[in-house]
Amino acid sequence: MLSEEEIIKTIYGAMEEINDQLSGENKLVLSHETVLYGLNSRLDSLGLVNLIVEVEQRFQDEHGLEIDLTDEKALSQKSSPFRTVKTLSGYISSLSDNTGKSA
Amino acid sequence: MSKTKVILITGTSRGIGKYLAEYYCGKNFLAAGCSRSANTVSSANYIHFTADVTDEVSVKKMFSEIRKSYGRLDILINNAGIASMNHALLTPLKTAENIIRTNFTAPFLFCREAAKIMLKNKFGRIINLSSVAADINLEGEAVYAASKSALVSFTKTFSKEISGYGITVNSIGLTPVKTGLVRNVPDEKMNELLGRLSIKRFADFSDISNVTDFLISEGSGFITGQNINLGGI
Repeated sequence: MLSEEEIIKTIYGAMEEINDQLSGENKLVLSHETVLYGLNSRLDSLGLVNLIVEVEQRFQDEHGLEIDLTDEKALSQKSSPFRTVKTLSGYISSLSDNTGKSA
Repeated sequence: MSKTKVILITGTSRGIGKYLAEYYCGKNFLAAGCSRSANTVSSANYIHFTADVTDEVSVKKMFSEIRKSYGRLDILINNAGIASMNHALLTPLKTAENIIRTNFTAPFLFCREAAKIMLKNKFGRIINLSSVAADINLEGEAVYAASKSALVSFTKTFSKEISGYGITVNSIGLTPVKTGLVRNVPDEKMNELLGRLSIKRFADFSDISNVTDFLISEGSGFITGQNINLGGI
């Protein structure tokens, strides 16, 4: 069973990995409200790609959860699931529900 | 993480793919390969996946296993492809779709998944095997040539998208090699194609590995988005 806490923890792990590659002022704050995509995000397009790949691989390695954050469903949402840590967590929770792992 | 470089080659059951798998196993790479049929490569350095290159689920599973087993992927050679010589007016839609899926969509899928592993290590070499047919515009190869042209175009743009990760992406325009792929092509058509080349002969396998060796070398990190046609056109 994946709790919201577990999902957030895994996302934070990915963010810390990405932070290792970012300079001081660009490092991501580990917070639910941190903006990942769009206006006010500290990530450029390559940084966002890095984070998405890191998140996918961590969910696979840590929870055995195969998620595809760039499928049609994610990219067709009116409001991007990558907007903030919180929206990403919510989206991953919905994916894990669909793959049989309750969040 | 494996200390040995890992190379993935598609379509390794026969022809060019099998040759390249055996060639790089002999050079002490860890080679992974895939085909719809069972393994035909005999080497302790080789691991085979039975998979359809157009099936996203199978392909993603294969990449997941490579990442978990080796922790790295250094080189991808997209070799798997199908040829079809037919007048466009006589080409069934299903055949056209199949050619595009195998010759373009599948390499795209492999490039995407390979780059996800490569970018973490800030190193990667991707080679897409295209065809001189993409530039020659030979009658009777309309859909096949279009599929390879799409692959060359993708190679050039994709190389820009991932240049920041130390990953290079290039393509090789192959000339006919005497493999099963050209077995059903009439001699007349094959001679017409060879006649359009500067060097009018079939390619040898070693002509291909000569260029792949060059493109995958550490020293070729400044070469990306290029298409190298064999035989001269």
